[in-house]
Amino acid sequence: MVPDVSTPTTGEAAAAPRPAEPRSALRALASARGTSVIGALLVSVLAASFLVEGFASGRNAGFVVLDIAAIALIALPMTLVIITGEIDLSVASTLGLTSAVMGQLWVAGLPLETIVPFCLVLGAVLGAVNGLLVTVAGLPSLAVTIGTMALYRGLAYVILGDRAVADFPLSWTGGATSRIPGTPIPWVAVLILVLALVFGVLLHSTAFGRSLYAIGSNDEAARFSGISVGRTKLWLFVATGAVAALAGVFWTLQYGSARADNAAGLELSVVAAVLLGGVSIFGGVGALPGVLGGVLLLGTIRNALQLADVSSDTLSIVTGLLLVVSVVAPNAVARMRARRPGPGAPRSRRPGGPDVPRPFSSRTER
Amino acid sequence: MSAPTTEAPLQEHGGGDVRSSRRLRQVRELGILLALVLLIAATTAVNPGFLSSQSIDDLLLGATLLTILAVGQTLVVITRSVDLSVGSVLGLSAFAVGTLFVSFPGLPVPVVALAGVLLGAVCGAVNGALVATARVPALVVTLGTLYVFRGIDYWWASGTQINAADMPASFLGLGRTSVLGVPVPALIALGVVVAAGWYLRSYRSGRELYAIGSEPHAARLSGIPVDRRIFGAFVVNGALAGLAGVLYAARFGTLDATVGSGLELEVVAAAVVGGVAIFGGSGTVYGAALGAVLLTTIGSALPVLRVNAFWQEAVVGLLILVAIGMDRLLAVRAARRLRGGESRGA
Repeated sequence: MVPDVSTPTTGEAAAAPRPAEPRSALRALASARGTSVIGALLVSVLAASFLVEGFASGRNAGFVVLDIAAIALIALPMTLVIITGEIDLSVASTLGLTSAVMGQLWVAGLPLETIVPFCLVLGAVLGAVNGLLVTVAGLPSLAVTIGTMALYRGLAYVILGDRAVADFPLSWTGGATSRIPGTPIPWVAVLILVLALVFGVLLHSTAFGRSLYAIGSNDEAARFSGISVGRTKLWLFVATGAVAALAGVFWTLQYGSARADNAAGLELSVVAAVLLGGVSIFGGVGALPGVLGGVLLLGTIRNALQLADVSSDTLSIVTGLLLVVSVVAPNAVARMRARRPGPGAPRSRRPGGPDVPRPFSSRTER
Repeated sequence: MSAPTTEAPLQEHGGGDVRSSRRLRQVRELGILLALVLLIAATTAVNPGFLSSQSIDDLLLGATLLTILAVGQTLVVITRSVDLSVGSVLGLSAFAVGTLFVSFPGLPVPVVALAGVLLGAVCGAVNGALVATARVPALVVTLGTLYVFRGIDYWWASGTQINAADMPASFLGLGRTSVLGVPVPALIALGVVVAAGWYLRSYRSGRELYAIGSEPHAARLSGIPVDRRIFGAFVVNGALAGLAGVLYAARFGTLDATVGSGLELEVVAAAVVGGVAIFGGSGTVYGAALGAVLLTTIGSALPVLRVNAFWQEAVVGLLILVAIGMDRLLAVRAARRLRGGESRGA
């Protein structure tokens, strides 16, 4: 009846499948992936400049930045979370709930100078709820954040229903989309850059950042080497929540409307951008420049296609294909390399052949 | 098919003792059933009209699609994968069914229905091929194909909409015909649940899905054709999403490119609430089906209970958290019992 699949839980079995050598090759590949994304970005910008009317203008560059601002902001902490081997799918709902609270407090007559800090704290609290459930209760982050995704979005609807609050003062809404004087670049680009620097330095030049890779590679080993895994993950979730709330405040002012369904589905775009930037969904691999490249690549391609009057349906095909190809390509390369028999190389089956198996074997061995 | 009864070594992550885990699962499913009964009882107490035959039909019809999708998702999740593209596959299949009726008005209904199911199976085969042969994490691949299938749907529909008038009455009547008082789509869903449950319980390849999910590497070493099994699970899941698309078309009649958007997370939620572990290796289709029915019932019970309908999504979210929290508690207690109460050395 039940197959006996009890394995010893010692580390030997778990460590066996991956010899150390391909692992470093994978590392190198991943960083190459980050570079190749930036390469793809440059190529697509150049191509779009020559081929698409009106793409290569400063004004348009400003539009691209405004378009991807929320995704870029949330992708920064999300990168750190995914590097530790966790994921947060509740970010878009955090954004929506922040937006709803902002609208409700504005209707209640509070000044925005009070509302905005409150919303950021709220975001941090929402992130902390995720983090506590993952670290203290020991639940899988994928399941937890699917749950809080529904919970936070639901609370947003409870607070604001299907109403929209759109009477924010022009000085604030205009300020959100205003450009740096004398340039076509919106101020939000500065915000993104500052945060990118903060998270980039944190990830790539501090012991804390190195510990994230250790956790993502093997959190048991990280724990034994003295890294406080739980506390680290908790703070990452808090940071993700706070940044998602910041994106929510910006989103609300940018579009001048607080709604419960703001940014529905954005979590998928954020995850897509991060994975496109060469971060491994299994954790332990990835870099922030690649992620920024991934976000910009998505934004550039979408913008260029829109300008070229390509319908929006093709956009989602392109987004999806980009994502699949960006993950399949390095894997295929790695497997081609693994096929060359070398010492300790894992014996792999015939790779990628279109061997279509019969989905069901109708034999029942009783 | 008798399981070799070996001394099960200590297990950290559930699994291990087969008997206790089976008991846990039964407790789990009873728990959902109890919640469902309590919910229905409370709602009926507040408003006796809730259990009139009309609303039972509505409930069954509403739960049909989600149940079928949750069963398919369970097959995939058990193998430690996930398929986020089911909403898009459902939409694509529903639109294909409508288009076939518009283009070839004379086609018999079963042929069109089969075409919808086959289209879903093809989408599932694409996912399965990418996951099984390219060894790419399913979460990433199906996130990609979610966009791709939806994009194809948009491109195909290109802003048009298919209405009930374009489809034959015999097809649209599917949702309104009953056998022994049960609507036909609900019977189909029931058949799917029983067939999948029977397959997972009694067939070797069905048991192997659990083995793959518990420990993929061990499964590979013990000679299970892991890639082929995962591919098979994705194909079946795609076919079931296609079937759900056909039933959607029959029930709602109005089809555009947005059908089934955002459905994937509700499906995963139903499976998770039903006790299907997100990291594979445990769970049953009965649990997933109960989870789907529970989620649907909550949706229709809230307005009757005079609760603001906007609470629905928040309640679903809470339910997911409670469900996985309970699973965790039970697993921890089971592990402690297996260890004979000795505490782990720090």
